[in-house]
Amino acid sequence: MKTFNTGGIHPPESKFTGNSAIEVMPLPAELAIPMNQHLGKPAKPIVKLNDEVKKGQLIGEADGFISANVHASTSGKIKAIKSHPHPGGQYAMTIFITPDGKDEWAEGLDTVAADWKRFSKDEILKKIKDAGIVGMGGAGFPTNVKLSPPPDKKIDTIILNGAECEPFLTADHRLMVESAEQVVIGMEIMASLLPAPVKLAIGVESNKPDAIAALEKFAAPKQIEVVSLKTKYPQGAEKQLINAITGRKVAEGELPFDKGCIVQNIGTAAAVFDAVCRNRPLIERVLTVSGMEITQRKNISARIGTGFKDIIAFCGSMSDKTNQVISGGPMMGKAIFSLDVPVVKTTSGILFINNRSLDKSRERTCIRCGRCVEVCPQGLAPWLLANTAQLKQFDEIQLIGLANCTECGSCTYVCPSGRELVHWIKYAKALVSSRQKRKSA
Amino acid sequence: MDSVKLKVSYAPFVHTKDSIESVMYNVALALAPATVMSIYLFGMPALLVTVICIVSCIGFEWLMDTIRKKPASCLDGSAFVTGLLLALNVPSNLPIWMLVVGSFIAIAAAKHVFGGLGHNIFNPALVARVFLLVSFPAAMTSWPVPFSIDMQTAASPLGILKTDGVEAAMKSLDLMNGFYGTMNGSMGETSALALLAGAAWLFYKRYITIYIPFTMLGSVLLFSAIFHMIDPSAYAPPLFHLVTGGLILGAFFMATDMVTSPLSIRGQVIFGLGCGLLTAVIRLWGGYPEGVSFAILIMNGFVPLIDNWDLNERKAIHQKKSEKK
Repeated sequence: MKTFNTGGIHPPESKFTGNSAIEVMPLPAELAIPMNQHLGKPAKPIVKLNDEVKKGQLIGEADGFISANVHASTSGKIKAIKSHPHPGGQYAMTIFITPDGKDEWAEGLDTVAADWKRFSKDEILKKIKDAGIVGMGGAGFPTNVKLSPPPDKKIDTIILNGAECEPFLTADHRLMVESAEQVVIGMEIMASLLPAPVKLAIGVESNKPDAIAALEKFAAPKQIEVVSLKTKYPQGAEKQLINAITGRKVAEGELPFDKGCIVQNIGTAAAVFDAVCRNRPLIERVLTVSGMEITQRKNISARIGTGFKDIIAFCGSMSDKTNQVISGGPMMGKAIFSLDVPVVKTTSGILFINNRSLDKSRERTCIRCGRCVEVCPQGLAPWLLANTAQLKQFDEIQLIGLANCTECGSCTYVCPSGRELVHWIKYAKALVSSRQKRKSA
Repeated sequence: MDSVKLKVSYAPFVHTKDSIESVMYNVALALAPATVMSIYLFGMPALLVTVICIVSCIGFEWLMDTIRKKPASCLDGSAFVTGLLLALNVPSNLPIWMLVVGSFIAIAAAKHVFGGLGHNIFNPALVARVFLLVSFPAAMTSWPVPFSIDMQTAASPLGILKTDGVEAAMKSLDLMNGFYGTMNGSMGETSALALLAGAAWLFYKRYITIYIPFTMLGSVLLFSAIFHMIDPSAYAPPLFHLVTGGLILGAFFMATDMVTSPLSIRGQVIFGLGCGLLTAVIRLWGGYPEGVSFAILIMNGFVPLIDNWDLNERKAIHQKKSEKK
């Protein structure tokens, strides 16, 4: 069994929904579709108030090279275009649609393509770009950009990330079990875009034997290797996954390109299949609803723009003990500040938890136990980075590997003194980058 | 649903159940076999010494917190462990007032003067032991004989080695007795078996790593073996050095003290080697029969230097990389 070679932790898996089939959520009474669901510049709204839109119609146009299209998730009327809470923790320009209940596709969409191999590379890339596909694991990097590496970088491996190492989350797991064929074809399509034939591998943590078996069935005839990975966090982090599967080490300041790799998420592969073979833009996604404070834990397929409140109603109810709702996984997700936020392209899960550690101030003095150094998958000294950040020595901190931190949170997970190590590191990163911007401006 | 008030905090939202308390009390648990063994060997006085040391350490911790106007840390387990370690480091017939003075030195002079838990440079229990040793040398080196009812005392095997030479020392001790613990010495130092059982627990819980104890034991063994081979009549065999004195207690429980040992693996190796070599040098040629406490304390002093060296290495690697670009 393969794994990355430094650090890592074993948090309780808490994957309660691993065997629950994906349920399609009914259309809510209102959809709130933000314009920034990806890394880069927000999309430009191209519809006006009271416009009638069809399902899959473009409502936000990509603005610039690193940006992505946004589509109407159903047919209906534009009710408002205004600033609205976003699961990323800010307010964002959002288009509100009141569904007309007909759920009609726009013209030319939802057609079945006979054979995707007849499309040229440019056609496929255009379809992916038009469909507004972004990395669905959490970062939301536009997929068409990721699939067009600079010509001087020779890509020899495409890795599909089915590790899903975050506790609780099972969305990718169910997608691999239920839509294995689509995932594998999606991967083939992405591979066909590269100039030379490449090695294809799907990395799956060993705690999902049913997903491995389902993928094997379709992957084996196509020379795609399904790699069983050790169940260890953060196995699904890009750099760790590359290390586990190819043995290569993505060093500080390097991108996966530099090591000949492209890593794509399972959900992204399924979305590519939908875009190319079924002519459907990215308007829905699979996510896990879990946590100890929700009555029915489920994997659901929801339209982009579905409010968290509608999801709570669909999954029973949320207990009064809930004090945090998290968008994403418990290790790297974000605590949302309002239940008004909608599902976006990068929402891999929603967790309802009662975080008892919030009641008291947790941070205590460092007892120099060295656990954070031991578990850091990037080989850093998190205690030192946090201390340096607290002392605001922002020149010093860059010399000890600040940029190398992937913010996986393993150090904070293990700290017996409850220090918010990764928070201090993120704080330093934010200040360092704003200082650099100021300098260059 | 409307009654729910959402709170925002930063990821990760799950944490281990480990805390300062769990770390400290697990160390205490790991010392339990040695404590029980010492009570079995030396009787009720050993129990009394243990209780006095722990209670007075916790008491001084509370006092210092109050004086320094800091949140009470007296029950976080660190004072408990310091008291227990101090008890295991003294003979069981030490007068009670000396124990209280020792506890004061450990908590006030070695720990809180530097800023309390996490900030002390030297291991508090060792500072107290060395303080007692240089202040009351007679009381600290009259070792009760195990199982003696009338508190009969005698020199420890290492003491005999220093005063009467190898032959007398070897005659005074069957090595297996040294392993099980039925020899003269400090309360917790005598039984290698009980100490190793506790150390195994700490390894299992991953609270200590192998680097410090094994490099320390290894370097003592190697160093004494070399000199034993050169002149067997002047230098005792390595196994004698292994089971006598505080070497095993020191290597597994004192040198590995998290606060006063280096954080990086390479730093820990250097630290362990230093502790081992200094122990051997003091035992072979020093004025004192036993060198473990001094060796660890001296190396404690080097820890900031070792950590700084590791830091500079990290920076050097970083600079090399950015030059390449």
